[in-house]
Amino acid sequence: MYLTREEEKMLDGEYGEGLAKCMRLLVVLGEIFEAEKMVRVKSCHVSGVSYKNIGEPGLELLKSFAMENVRVKVKKTTLNPSGMDRKKWRRMGLPENFVQKQTEILKAFKRVGVNLTCSCTPYLAGNKPKPGDYVAWSESSATVYVNSVLGARTNRESGLSALASAITGRTPYYGYLLDENRKPNVKVKVKFKPSNVVEAGGLGYLIGKIFPERVPFFSGLGFMDFDWLKALGAGLASSGAVTLYHVENLTPEAKLFDGKCLAEAEKFEVEREDVKKAVEDLSEAEERFDAVFLGCPHYSLNQLKDVAYFLRGRKVKAKLWVFTSRSVYVKAKGLGYVGLIEKAGGLVLCDTCMVVSPLENLGLECVCTDSCKAAHYLPSTNRVKVKVKSPFECLEAIS
Amino acid sequence: MGFLRLKGRSLVKGEVEGEALVTSQPISFFGGVNPKTGFVVEKNHELYGEKVTGKILVFPYGKGSSVGSYVLYAMARYGTAPLAIINLKTDPIIAVGCALANIPLIDRLDKNPLETIKTGDKVKVFLDGWVEVEG
Repeated sequence: MYLTREEEKMLDGEYGEGLAKCMRLLVVLGEIFEAEKMVRVKSCHVSGVSYKNIGEPGLELLKSFAMENVRVKVKKTTLNPSGMDRKKWRRMGLPENFVQKQTEILKAFKRVGVNLTCSCTPYLAGNKPKPGDYVAWSESSATVYVNSVLGARTNRESGLSALASAITGRTPYYGYLLDENRKPNVKVKVKFKPSNVVEAGGLGYLIGKIFPERVPFFSGLGFMDFDWLKALGAGLASSGAVTLYHVENLTPEAKLFDGKCLAEAEKFEVEREDVKKAVEDLSEAEERFDAVFLGCPHYSLNQLKDVAYFLRGRKVKAKLWVFTSRSVYVKAKGLGYVGLIEKAGGLVLCDTCMVVSPLENLGLECVCTDSCKAAHYLPSTNRVKVKVKSPFECLEAIS
Repeated sequence: MGFLRLKGRSLVKGEVEGEALVTSQPISFFGGVNPKTGFVVEKNHELYGEKVTGKILVFPYGKGSSVGSYVLYAMARYGTAPLAIINLKTDPIIAVGCALANIPLIDRLDKNPLETIKTGDKVKVFLDGWVEVEG
């Protein structure tokens, strides 16, 4: 693999052991995937933040990183959700010990210069790369969004390789950074128009399961707003390893693929019934649930608005938690959405989410959500049963 | 009973011997495997309820969460990690996890490992990417 003089210096430890460690990791990756060289990255997003997920070994690893006195070179480096809302953690019922460990992790990230955005939607929190930019993003739902919807280029980075890229400013040049790997290789003809975010997420979940490592090209979808695209990608990236998709007449690279390229791709057709079945398989059959969790991936301002308006003049009869990024929260608060949701008895939380926060102590048996990604992970990460419904169905059922 | 030699790319080098655990389905270590116990906990996975600890784990590639590398690293620290991983074609999240945790990793074997290696086979992994299978 070709390295510039500067990159060789980093590797050889001329700038310290911390930088050398990061470069070693990226060179190993580059060699495994036969990259010819490194390229500079303009933006990074780092996952692996919750103490619940990375535990003591992860905390020690990050601390050792921070001790090496490294700083991120890439200014636009954002962080994934942690295990707690930094302000409202008491209302989440989290144990003090957890809060203390989580705080140590956040301190380690702060020390290396990562912005503590604590969100899985960094593109709604000031980290929005341009089409064609090379970036190193982890967080599977964000990776697929930045590739597909924003048209920037990243591989499916792990939290650690994204951090190494933030510190060195480099990523190995391979995989989804190359034109040839961004071509669609399965054409999915969608025979229905999704009518809500669950159908969009369910479509992704189904296709990710059938074609776990492909680049799908969706046709027939018609209009999809950004929230539905976010759900589509989150589904694709949780049942499978999909990290790039195209939507006809919509996503930035879709128009690049002429008839020939698509003619060579495998064909697949999806009916609404197929998606319904995939969502049903993820969802508990019984109607009883103890809580509604929304915001996986983190809700946008529009989604918070919809929840707020729906709840005007209503009271919720069960626990309702809505997760978002702090920057969207601040806007939503200014516009009165947070007030409306909390007046109705709900709680709007930032910096964390239902999947990465320890919720075992809440005594929940079954939760209802609009997210296929959350439905995929929650039974194993938080040992709860999950019911999947559209956002309005979720809210109607408890208010 | 049969004996088979396969040649692959040795990505994280190591020489180990153990029993194979094989699945044709991709794995997400985050949410898919409990790092404290080593059991597969993803509800609809072929390996649900199986323990990966000390096994030569054979699967196509990683899927899902980008936190998988941390989970592999934690498993190595807790002593619940697989002995080695054999992938059809590895992916960055598995590769970084194995490199960091020093779990031997081999991919791109000359014969499809998902078809030639069976759960329960005795598998020996060598430094240079050779794999011996006795089943």
